[in-house]
Amino acid sequence: MAQSEDGGLHIDPMSQFLVKPLFGGEMGLFTITNATLWMALAVGASSLLLIGAVKQRALVPGRAQSVAELLYGFVRQLVVDITGEEGLKYFPYIFTLFVFILFSNLLGMLPYSFAVTSHIAVTGVLALMVFVTVTAIGFIKHGAHFLGFFWPKDAPGPLRPVLMVIELISYFVRPISHSIRLGANMLAGHAVLKVFAGFVGALGVFGVVPLAAMVGLTAFEFLVAVIQAYVFAILTCVYLNDALHMH
Amino acid sequence: MEFEAAAALGKYIGAGLACLAMAGAGIGVGHVAGNFLAGALRNPAAAKEQTATLFIGIAFAEALGIFGLVVAMLLLFAV
Repeated sequence: MAQSEDGGLHIDPMSQFLVKPLFGGEMGLFTITNATLWMALAVGASSLLLIGAVKQRALVPGRAQSVAELLYGFVRQLVVDITGEEGLKYFPYIFTLFVFILFSNLLGMLPYSFAVTSHIAVTGVLALMVFVTVTAIGFIKHGAHFLGFFWPKDAPGPLRPVLMVIELISYFVRPISHSIRLGANMLAGHAVLKVFAGFVGALGVFGVVPLAAMVGLTAFEFLVAVIQAYVFAILTCVYLNDALHMH
Repeated sequence: MEFEAAAALGKYIGAGLACLAMAGAGIGVGHVAGNFLAGALRNPAAAKEQTATLFIGIAFAEALGIFGLVVAMLLLFAV
């Protein structure tokens, strides 16, 4: 990473995002890659915390059990605050999304690991599932009246068709911004870390300066990892609230 | 050959210009966070319930900056 043969600075920030088959062979639909490995690890780690730690059901929770309980209570409060009591029916889904994204973000911060959520393919599927689910809930709950969501009744008459077009566009842009927000944040964070790591090697003694910056950036990336999981869950709640209560 | 070089040049200049979206996102996020802080310092008791609203506001301001990234990506890899 430091200096390449021709003496120039050689930084390769994007190779960490390559999806490689773990056991060799051709890349197919069911090949086990580093992406699937780290997704499975995220599922395993979260199951270990949320099933294993709560198993004894102690009245006075131990350390692991209180972490699991805090996590549960935090997301539950979030759902109640934004969607009200009716939203609690969908709480398991939002909790699953939050925990999976949180664990994949945090596991992605381990050195030599693979940040699953930096791939638009992963976040796109998560966001599309939310979009389809929420739209289906809206139509099941309100029937054809859900289309009234796009027809602003309070606006002055001639403005309504224009506003309807804007509402439609902003509704269908939701899964795009929802997925790219998470993916781009993780992608950019990891790429910046790699670029700064390249500076540390290339500058010799003066590499202490970017090294200090790296320490700060790593702390910031941990913050971003948690906040992005939180934002993904919050926006899911906001979309769900729109479907449950319309405007 | 000349034309291809000019097209590549335009692609990279356009991708760089798309980074200007970061300026807009920065202004937007700063505005949301700054106003939240100003309001929170005036009435700290009400601030705690509004943190979710703060993050929603930041997320929407940030989304427009992200569209700049999408334009840059499209220019670099799709056009």
